[in-house]
Amino acid sequence: MSTERIVGVGAGTKDLATEDMTLNIGPQHPSTHGVLRLRITLDGERITAAEPIIGYMHRGAEKLFEVRDYRQIIVLANRHDWLSAFASELGVVLAVERMLGMEVPVRAVWARTLLAELNRVLNHLMFLGSYPLEVGAITPIFYSFREREQVQRVMEEISGGRLHYMFNRVGGLKEELPAGWLGRVTDAVAAVRHGVGDIDRLIRGNEIFRARTRGVGVLTREQIEQYGVSGPIARASGVDFDLRRDEPYLAYGELQDVLRVVTRTEGDCLARFECLLDQVHASLDLADACVARLKELPPGPINVRLPKVLKVPEGHTYAWTENPLGINGYYLVSHGEKTPWRLKLRSASFNNIQVLREMLPGHLVADMIAILGSMFFVVGDIDK
Amino acid sequence: MNLYVPIVVLGALALLFAVGSVIMGSFTGPKRWNRARLEAYECGIEPTPQPVGGGRFPVKYYLTAMLFIVFDIEIIFLYPWAVAFDHMGLFGLVEMVLFIVTVLIAYAYVWRRGGLEWD
Amino acid sequence: MSETHVLAEGATLNSFGHDPWWIIGLKALVVFVFLLLTVLITVWAERRIIGRMQLRPGPNRAGPFGILQALFDGIKGALKEDIVPRGVDKVVFFLAPILAAAPAMVSFSVIPWGGVVSIGGHKTPLQLADLPVAVLLPLAMASIGVYGFVLAGWSSMSPYALLGGLRSSAQVISYEIAMGLSFVAVFLFSGTLSTSEIVAAQAHGTAFKVAGMTLHTPSWYAVLLLPSFIIYIFTMMGESGRIPFDLPEGEGELVAGYHTEYSSLKFMMFYLAEYVNMTTLSALCTTLFLGGYRAPWPITWFWSGANSGWWPVLWFLIKIWMFTFFFIWLRAALPRVRYDQLMKLGWKVLIPVSLGWILFVSVVRALRNEHHDVGPIMIVAAIIVVLLLIASFLWERVSASEAQPEEAEAAAEQDPMAGGFPVPPLDAPHYHGVGNGRAPNSAEATRA
Repeated sequence: MSTERIVGVGAGTKDLATEDMTLNIGPQHPSTHGVLRLRITLDGERITAAEPIIGYMHRGAEKLFEVRDYRQIIVLANRHDWLSAFASELGVVLAVERMLGMEVPVRAVWARTLLAELNRVLNHLMFLGSYPLEVGAITPIFYSFREREQVQRVMEEISGGRLHYMFNRVGGLKEELPAGWLGRVTDAVAAVRHGVGDIDRLIRGNEIFRARTRGVGVLTREQIEQYGVSGPIARASGVDFDLRRDEPYLAYGELQDVLRVVTRTEGDCLARFECLLDQVHASLDLADACVARLKELPPGPINVRLPKVLKVPEGHTYAWTENPLGINGYYLVSHGEKTPWRLKLRSASFNNIQVLREMLPGHLVADMIAILGSMFFVVGDIDK
Repeated sequence: MNLYVPIVVLGALALLFAVGSVIMGSFTGPKRWNRARLEAYECGIEPTPQPVGGGRFPVKYYLTAMLFIVFDIEIIFLYPWAVAFDHMGLFGLVEMVLFIVTVLIAYAYVWRRGGLEWD
Repeated sequence: MSETHVLAEGATLNSFGHDPWWIIGLKALVVFVFLLLTVLITVWAERRIIGRMQLRPGPNRAGPFGILQALFDGIKGALKEDIVPRGVDKVVFFLAPILAAAPAMVSFSVIPWGGVVSIGGHKTPLQLADLPVAVLLPLAMASIGVYGFVLAGWSSMSPYALLGGLRSSAQVISYEIAMGLSFVAVFLFSGTLSTSEIVAAQAHGTAFKVAGMTLHTPSWYAVLLLPSFIIYIFTMMGESGRIPFDLPEGEGELVAGYHTEYSSLKFMMFYLAEYVNMTTLSALCTTLFLGGYRAPWPITWFWSGANSGWWPVLWFLIKIWMFTFFFIWLRAALPRVRYDQLMKLGWKVLIPVSLGWILFVSVVRALRNEHHDVGPIMIVAAIIVVLLLIASFLWERVSASEAQPEEAEAAAEQDPMAGGFPVPPLDAPHYHGVGNGRAPNSAEATRA
């Protein structure tokens, strides 16, 4: 094959060999949505080497944790991945509660589960809109934002925030759920479930979209295990690992019959997209189940009264949660102070993006866009 | 020749407009000198030094250009034949079928040798 | 009825070349102004229509319904700084936008707007110019326009621009072949390259006999030569460089392609060229396939005057706007194809299909000219086409079912707690270094 192609291109290809072109994708590039930078080497339009260069958005979150008390840390903790704010808050409070041995009121547990799933829907809708945008379809993002708005409204009503909810507290939630709120959640969930179908029909069956994503950027199981890739990206390659099922936290243990872990086996861009799309449906089902349970629960407290000075006993723990983008973990080491001695943050996107170095070579520049879009990362989550 | 005059007139008008706009653009806008502004855009970082003259183009672009010329000439042959088709009868048909088949052989050859592969 | 209505009938090549200079000037000016206005309105319409399709209002502040938005954007563009980056080839950098914009406008001169009308006592066709080889002009001008793109990319000395320029030139020339081939069948039937006569040839369908019955062929080549028309639609999208074929400026990949380094009015020239091209391609399609300025048939049924006087201009504009809307609609609906898919479609699908179609059409036409009965051939051809369609459909089905993944083969049992703590187990297989997970035909494999 190769000999023929050389003749097709012209004899003496070696002398005519073109210089490899170095192309910087980022830090300010439309398809890296943020300040990720990729240095890629091109031979024609094919990538021969790729190197993600990160750190343009490093804010030293871990170091900042060490000089904040546990209430303040929550504010910081929901900043690194601004699309999964609630889920990231959750990790911190779970770690602290575990260290304190604190019993969280059952209503708070269920409300947290509900909010975490709504947050997951919000996050996924964002990527379901932005991924087609990167391969040139400009309309789906507006449809996904219409759906996001439905969920944002209930989230805003309860927390006052649209991005950084700051609704978790050590020992529960900030406030009681407003009257009639659960009904509005049910409406929003129904509306989203209906509206996601538009995106589904507009993109999933589109021939051009399928041609661009099927078989492109295949991640193998081995690569995923080597790089610690997690979340929908890993599940799209058949790595069936979901903390909600495999190490249940919150109320997920009681939701096992509703919880559906969406997996694909192909591991290509299309599989990742489909995983995300189906996971929205799965999360909406979970949200419905949570609402039903919350309605049944007898009235009671939603948080625990905390001492003025919250000191965590000496020790260490690792709390990990299944964030929308993958595993988000906090390794909390306390020396019994008001502040943690160390709070290591393991963020999903950091690991997920490292595998690009492995995935990109051999693909076309245009495939790079499809792959980048399907890796579903948030730059803040990479750089922390 | 009269037939071409209006095209020349429109061409002159269009050219005048395009040249005028490009020249005007250098006067109407502000000029604020700034070192970074005059760099080629490369996603907000210092551009990687490029080889002089933009380096060499990948060969396949030339190949496409060559194939284009071959097939474009073929089309130009087809046009007068198509226009005069009704006057030439079966002879014209046979001649052109032979021509198209010859071209198709060349086309198949190029395809077979990977000239149409784009990677 | 005024004099013009009686006079107005289809123009032929003989109607040209007799205009006094002031009519030539007037017509050239009208075409020029029409193109500029069309660009302004198209930009506005595109933003409004796509806005509606995307659940948002679109520009609605400048003027009634925001119709002045494009004009104000143009003025604002002129007042922006005209940046000439260091290291560019200055002469070529200035030349490129001119080369892109000017030829795009010239193409429009051979488009017929209507039949012969009377302007100030002169009988003149509503068309700037017609030539015995009129259709070649838009093709030639499109080729010159390519210089604008490739030179813009080359002179910018930026990798994005260079790749964008190369891509656009390769794309446009690839699709020009298929476009040229799609015209051949039209010339075969009309027997001319003159645009006004092609329109005239579509006025009435020719009668022919199939199995003893006299049938009238449809008058529009879009119906009569449907495959040609479909091929043209594809190449039209490819030539215009818009979604789904907007790879030269695929913003996700090459930022803005060949005009990355351009700003102010120089950039506006490229923008203008894109929209003028869109209009010209629509107009060319109208002329060659949709009966040009002639009224569509349901109207001519009950209104015999539909093709006289100035009315044809209306039909012409309606048809052009149909295509413009089509372009806009596509942009709202479709993602972008990949570059190799685009080239594959152009070279491996459109060209052989056009060649085969030309062979078929010419055989049928030759046999009919020789007064053979073409009925059986048509039937055989129809059967072959149907069989091919069924075969491709079945093939699609079969390959799709083969591609169905075995859902059951989900991950094997995995112990997330291997090693007893959330750290990788110590006996995990060692990572074997970058570069093992290459795509099958990587550059090295190709080179070797």
